Amino acid sequence: MLRLAPWLIVILLVGPILAGLTMAVLPAFGYLPALGGHAFSLEPWRLLLAQPGLTRSVGVSFASGLITTAISLAVVLLFLAGVSGSRLDRWIRRLVAPLLSIPHAAAAFGLAFLIAPSGLLSRLVSPGLTGWERPPDVLIVQDPWGLSLMAGLIIKEIPFLLLMCLAALPQLDPERRVAMARSLGYRPTTAWLKVVTPSLYPLIRLPVFAVIAYATSVVDVALILGPTLPPTLAVSILVWFNDPDLSRRFMASAGAVLQLGVTAAALIAWWCLERLVARLGRHWLARGGRGSGDSPLRLAGKGLIGLATFTAFAGIAGLALYSIAGFWRFPDALPQGLTAAHWLRALPALAGPAATTALIAIGATLIALALTLAALENEQRTGRQPAQGRLLSALTLLYLPLIVPQIAFLFGLVVVMESLGTRPTHALVIFGHLLFVLPYVFLSLAESYRRFDPRWSQLAVSLGASRNGAFWRVRLPLLLAPLLTAAAVGLAVSIGQYLPTLLLGAGRVPTVTTEAVSLAAGGNRRVIGVWAMVQASLPLVGFVIAVGLPRLLWRNRRDMRGAP
Amino acid sequence: MSFRLLRVLPLAAMLAVPLHAASAQQEWENVLDEARGQTVYWHAWAGDTRVNDYLEWVKQRVRDEHEIELVHVKIDDTGAAVSRVLAEHSAGNHDGGSIDLIWLNGENFAAMKENDLLFGPFAEQLPNFALTFPEHNPEVVTDFTLPTEGYESPWGKAQLTFYYDAAELGEAPPRSMTQLLAWAEANPGRFTYPRIPDFLGSTFLKQALIALVDDSDALYEPVAQSDFEDVTAPLWEYLDALHPHLWRSGRQFPANGPELRRLMADGEVALAFTFNPAEPAAAVADFELPETTRSYVLDGGTLGNVHFVAIPFNSPRRAAAMVVADFLLSPEAQARKQDISVWGDPTVLDVTRLDAETRALFEQARDNPALLAPEALTETLPEPHPSWMTALQDAWQARYVGR
Repeated sequence: MLRLAPWLIVILLVGPILAGLTMAVLPAFGYLPALGGHAFSLEPWRLLLAQPGLTRSVGVSFASGLITTAISLAVVLLFLAGVSGSRLDRWIRRLVAPLLSIPHAAAAFGLAFLIAPSGLLSRLVSPGLTGWERPPDVLIVQDPWGLSLMAGLIIKEIPFLLLMCLAALPQLDPERRVAMARSLGYRPTTAWLKVVTPSLYPLIRLPVFAVIAYATSVVDVALILGPTLPPTLAVSILVWFNDPDLSRRFMASAGAVLQLGVTAAALIAWWCLERLVARLGRHWLARGGRGSGDSPLRLAGKGLIGLATFTAFAGIAGLALYSIAGFWRFPDALPQGLTAAHWLRALPALAGPAATTALIAIGATLIALALTLAALENEQRTGRQPAQGRLLSALTLLYLPLIVPQIAFLFGLVVVMESLGTRPTHALVIFGHLLFVLPYVFLSLAESYRRFDPRWSQLAVSLGASRNGAFWRVRLPLLLAPLLTAAAVGLAVSIGQYLPTLLLGAGRVPTVTTEAVSLAAGGNRRVIGVWAMVQASLPLVGFVIAVGLPRLLWRNRRDMRGAP
Repeated sequence: MSFRLLRVLPLAAMLAVPLHAASAQQEWENVLDEARGQTVYWHAWAGDTRVNDYLEWVKQRVRDEHEIELVHVKIDDTGAAVSRVLAEHSAGNHDGGSIDLIWLNGENFAAMKENDLLFGPFAEQLPNFALTFPEHNPEVVTDFTLPTEGYESPWGKAQLTFYYDAAELGEAPPRSMTQLLAWAEANPGRFTYPRIPDFLGSTFLKQALIALVDDSDALYEPVAQSDFEDVTAPLWEYLDALHPHLWRSGRQFPANGPELRRLMADGEVALAFTFNPAEPAAAVADFELPETTRSYVLDGGTLGNVHFVAIPFNSPRRAAAMVVADFLLSPEAQARKQDISVWGDPTVLDVTRLDAETRALFEQARDNPALLAPEALTETLPEPHPSWMTALQDAWQARYVGR
């Protein structure tokens, strides 16, 4: 039974994606009988290439993938290099989980309201400092270079990469490495960067690739913060897919294939950059500089991560305020009055979607946990070591749903599901979510599981317990904290899913995220505020349980309570 | 194929051949019987809480009256629903569709009808449809110049309505396209329109085009029959002159009508427009817009159209969908929809031809200063042929995107 688990995972993840991609590639070359496309042709590509602004769309998508990833990674590494165990450091590490749980769309709305010319920051200083009675006519949000889009993505990718680094670090034993380097006279931050980073990077390379893929193809954040004339490629594709002129579906499919190419190109470009940095880095390491600019680096790390964290929370706070605001116009720093009307109006409509969201998230997470545990336990029992960090390992397949852009295969997947005669149900949506929940759950849990001291199980078996008994009665209880964290990550991922829910559920499976996005179409910030709060608070419940439950259950077992 | 035909034959026959009155009534009774206990999935744009609240009320009413379970499937883009029906069609799902009713008009209707994705004709069979008096009101059977031929049932009316902040503009907003340009030059950065291909933004283009061309007859024929470059030249000249004075100097545009309203709410622009004549008043009530908001219509009238509900070809619960469409046309539902405190969407019924008692349902308070006077809505320009919309959108994008 256990031996089947890895195969099951591979089939579950790879099958739908390949099927969906096929149904995107066929129309891209003119084949879609339902719309009268019976013969293969290059017409869709000709139309696509004739779209105004296509070069620019592609350019922004490509650049935001690379720049977002480079900056997020640099900030995370600088921060980790400068970690000294101070109170601030601990706080930031603790904020990782809640930051991660804020859905991308909510964070983007928050940022947009914060930095817009008529936004919160501008209101706080106007007209007092600026003399602005009216919002200045300057282009900040949705700028044509995609800078605000990148800022929004960086805010959300920093906690993700930080979590991945924190998970990978313990096996490198960074303290001893740094102590060694310091005994040779290296300053602390420089020491960390020189002796830990080169070993750490291979371990987080796949998450980094996932960030690149996500940033090149994101839809919801790009709709809120991205450029508009033209929008990013992924947004354009969505518009074409939804165009009432049905013949545009062919061009949209060609766009989806192009998106796949752009993401692949960004990944290859990053890979080349890796080579370059590795080559330059070797000189830097070999030169033996002991770190003259140590404190600026440390301060930069702390300052930047602090800024990103603060921005995310300030944006959310702004939305929270808006959700109870009466009339609130520029340049008032605060609303003229507060009202519960927006919440009262939303409450009756909340219960249904909230319950559906919980059902789907819990369903997908439980299945993902079961499959992950089975695969990991199988790995332990067969004694096979995971091929970590190498690109062509089975683990790469796990990343497939994170690396293939959603927009490239989801539309095709809907057609496939339809031809199989599957009707949109909760089960189908859970299956769709599983594609994205499973990789994250696996990634969150794998490291703790593999590092689990084998002597515990050996001891249990030597005392007469069966291997299954040892699993249920020793391993699982000891791993409760990481298990719950993985579950919370899975819940958060599921709750944030928009396109899979909408497409596979045919809109009949309303979750808080689909409701939030369709209400956001109305542009009413008060309504957006209410739903963004709901959307952000649901995953938070998961994280609170993940942190609280082990402390409650193991209050007399200090080392089993999980990380602080 | 033939089996499926046989199954729908009785219903289709009944719909296609209007028998004499008594029989028609009997047939409608049969539809009502069949509809009982069915669940209708209605895909409708959900960007407005007021619309959603109204649909919630409809849901209660059809449950009480017809034992129909109505589910409002909230979507942010009607195109997505069209997309869905198409995906089902391409997968060979011809009788188990997931959508029973769609709120749509214009391009979406044209696209669905052209691809045979709609069920019908059915509108003439709805008892309440007669209250729209189509012989006197051709707009309820014409969707962007295309005859609906009973494939969709009218639901509400929309008309391009401008609104502004009287605290800034006084009582003298620009009343024509030429005045608008002059006003924008004098007040740079205080006006904009939704970016194409948004529905409302495209309507602004059409409104400008109608005002700027000498002879607007060509616009009511398919675009292929006239010289597009030649006809639209004045429009591009106008837009080229207007754009530098728009919000963000015309380098950026809001995504849609609601975002345009948010710009008004944030004070970023001082003049805006909408398709729902009651929207400004509603936004004032919701604390969004200042109490100094006023609405008006351009001199010579503005574009207006009717929005409809249609049934996809593969809906398995057509009877119930028809009953819902009929309920939406009932004076009770129409009057409530028109009520400014509920939604404020103008009725498609011909109120002047209804009996006095029914007419009384539609009387409204008129003292809301943000609300448009009802007389203003009589100056309605008909929508051009849908092919113009697509051609204008493509031309606009080729001209202004990526520059």
